[in-house]
Amino acid sequence: MLHIINKSPLENGSLDNCLRVANGGEILLIEDAVYAATKGNAFESKLGEAATRFKIYVLQPDLDARGMSDRIIAGVTAVDYGGFVDLTVNNKNCQSWL
Amino acid sequence: MSESVVKKFMFVNRKAPYGTIYALESLEVVLITAAFDQDVSLVFLDDGVFQLKKSQQTKAIEIKNFSPTYRALDGYDVEKLYVEKESMDARGLTEDDLLVDVTVLSSAEIGALMNEQDVVLSF
Amino acid sequence: MANIDVGGKNYETDEEGYLVNLTDWNADIANYIAKTESIEMSDQHWEVINFLREYFEEYQIAPAVRVLTKAIGKKLGAEKGNSEYLYGLFPYGPGKQACKIAGLPKPTGCV
Repeated sequence: MLHIINKSPLENGSLDNCLRVANGGEILLIEDAVYAATKGNAFESKLGEAATRFKIYVLQPDLDARGMSDRIIAGVTAVDYGGFVDLTVNNKNCQSWL
Repeated sequence: MSESVVKKFMFVNRKAPYGTIYALESLEVVLITAAFDQDVSLVFLDDGVFQLKKSQQTKAIEIKNFSPTYRALDGYDVEKLYVEKESMDARGLTEDDLLVDVTVLSSAEIGALMNEQDVVLSF
Repeated sequence: MANIDVGGKNYETDEEGYLVNLTDWNADIANYIAKTESIEMSDQHWEVINFLREYFEEYQIAPAVRVLTKAIGKKLGAEKGNSEYLYGLFPYGPGKQACKIAGLPKPTGCV
């Protein structure tokens, strides 16, 4: 199953809530959620822990737009829009944590 | 209808009722989906558990109180209502505070149920 | 928006003839709308209309036809809880026509 998050974990609980409820699978961070996958962010250790239970992806164009592509956390995979589509197609279902 | 495929639809409700339109929109889509004889379940997580709080009185805010409609779901054969225990605990709610009968599940149980779905709709 | 005149008073309806303000409703208005739908109101008609009003009061929605049929069967008996009986009373559909006469909104999901 694919979980999509689009809000920064420092202003919105969606990523935290997803990590509490979701039972493995893949997580894609898009829009403001990409900050969660960057070094030095207060969420870094939580994301590191999450990476042991989930495969974590981050959308490269959103990282680029925010000037954050040079500080992506190790273990997180960057994908482009084509990769985004592949993730939605290759998973049985998908939940957007609004 | 015998040849139609029955899929598992899960509606995930995570917003409080009146601050945004999500809760009402979800309820309307659920009522419409119920007409198609699909396997429908509703999950209430995070602030979504507030949607089921008893004794909502909306007269003074001039917004329609749609909470009685959750009690109509049974008549629409929508019988799978799940509430996450951790979300209720975090908001000082217990099953007695809710206006319909629900099944209370842990985060892990809800997560497992979510994995089984064919379609997950987020509100 | 449109209007209907009943008993010297003017009431607002939508383009399809559904009452805009649910609190406007009374028996005269029901009879008036029924006439525009070519329905002669009988006790059997009123039984369904009153049932719909009570259902709306309790759940705040107009029920889908399938749900209405089942609920009527439960309350008024199987000989009334079936499509033949309800469509006999309301030929254009118990959901659509009866809800209009009952002063309720169109059932959710009803096109």
